[in-house]
Amino acid sequence: MKLKASSTLVKPLSLLVIVLAAVVFVSGQKPAPATDELQPGGANVIQPEELVKIMQSSSGQKPVVLYVGPPVFYMQAHIRGAANVGPAARPEGLEKLRARVAKLAKNQLVVIYCGCCPWTHCPNIHPAYQELRKMGFSNVRALYLETSFGTNWADKGYPVEKGE
Amino acid sequence: MRKVALTVAIAVLVFAVFFVRLHRVTRVSGRPAAAKTAPVAPAAPQILLSDLTGNSFNTSSYQGKVVLVNFWAAWCTPCAAEIPQFVAMQEKYRQQGLQILGVSMDDADDVLRKFYREYKMNYPVVAGDQKIADAYGGVLGLPTTFVIGRDGRVEDKIVGSTDFQKLEQEVAALLGVAAR
Repeated sequence: MKLKASSTLVKPLSLLVIVLAAVVFVSGQKPAPATDELQPGGANVIQPEELVKIMQSSSGQKPVVLYVGPPVFYMQAHIRGAANVGPAARPEGLEKLRARVAKLAKNQLVVIYCGCCPWTHCPNIHPAYQELRKMGFSNVRALYLETSFGTNWADKGYPVEKGE
Repeated sequence: MRKVALTVAIAVLVFAVFFVRLHRVTRVSGRPAAAKTAPVAPAAPQILLSDLTGNSFNTSSYQGKVVLVNFWAAWCTPCAAEIPQFVAMQEKYRQQGLQILGVSMDDADDVLRKFYREYKMNYPVVAGDQKIADAYGGVLGLPTTFVIGRDGRVEDKIVGSTDFQKLEQEVAALLGVAAR
C-alpha cells in the first residue's frame, strides 16, 4: 500500500519535473546569444583575410555579404559589394534581412558582418546569425571583427566602398 | 514500477541535457577589446553642432581647452559602461580646462534623452551622423574617442574600450596639471 502510494506520487512528480525542465530549457535558449556557435576560430566564423581571399578568388562560390549594423557606419565605408540590411538587433532589421535572403538557395554562402562595436558586445551579429540559421541557411558565416570594422577591415587596406 | 523508473530516467536525461546546454552558454566569456590607438588627423574639425537642449555651438569655441570627443551609443554596451567615467573626468578637470563632447550614433531621440538624464551627463551630447563622423576622418566603430589638445590638434584617437588610467594621464599632461 505504501509502495503503491509512493509510486502514484512519483509518476506525476516526474512528469512535472520533465515539463518544468523543458520550459526552463526552452526559455533559457531565447536570450542566450549564439556565442557558442560564433567562437573566433570556429567554423561559423570567418577571419577578414580569409574573406578577402574568397572574394578575390576567381574560383569557388562567391559569398553574399550582408551588413547587419547601423546604416551610419555603412554609409561611411563598407565591404565592397556588401548589401546594407540594417541593425539585426531591431525587428525592422531582421525583417529586411529575411526579405534580402528570401530568394537565395539555402546552401548559399552568406557572410554577415557588423563591426559597430567590439565583437563580444555586438548586438547585431548574433540575432542575424540565428535568424539565418532558423530560416534554414546551412552555410552562414560571421565575419570576425574583434574591435571594429575600421580597425579590423578598413585600416588593414581591405576593399571598401562608400555610400549606399 | 518499470514505468516509474522510465519516467524518472527521462527526467534525469532532460535535466542532463539542460545542464549541458547551460554550461555551454555560460562558459563563453566576452573578452573586452583592448583600447587601440590609430593615426590621427592633424587638426580637429570646426563644425556647428546642436546639443540635446537645442543649443547651437561651434567646436571652434573649444579652442584653448583640452577636448575629448567621444563617439558612443546608448545601445553599445561598452560605450554605456564608459559614460560614468567620462562624467567623473569632466567633473574633476572642468576647472582646469577639460571639455568633453559626446556624439551619439544611431540612438533614438527618446532613448538618448532618457540615457542622458539617467547617467547625469554633465557635458554636451549631440546626435551624430555621417557628416560629423566624416569631419573627424571617419568613425567606423564604437566607442571611439578623439583627444584634442589646447591648440586644437588631434593628439590621439582611441578605438575600442578606453583605458581610463592612461587617458587621464594623457589629459592631465595636455592640461598641464598632475593627474589626481
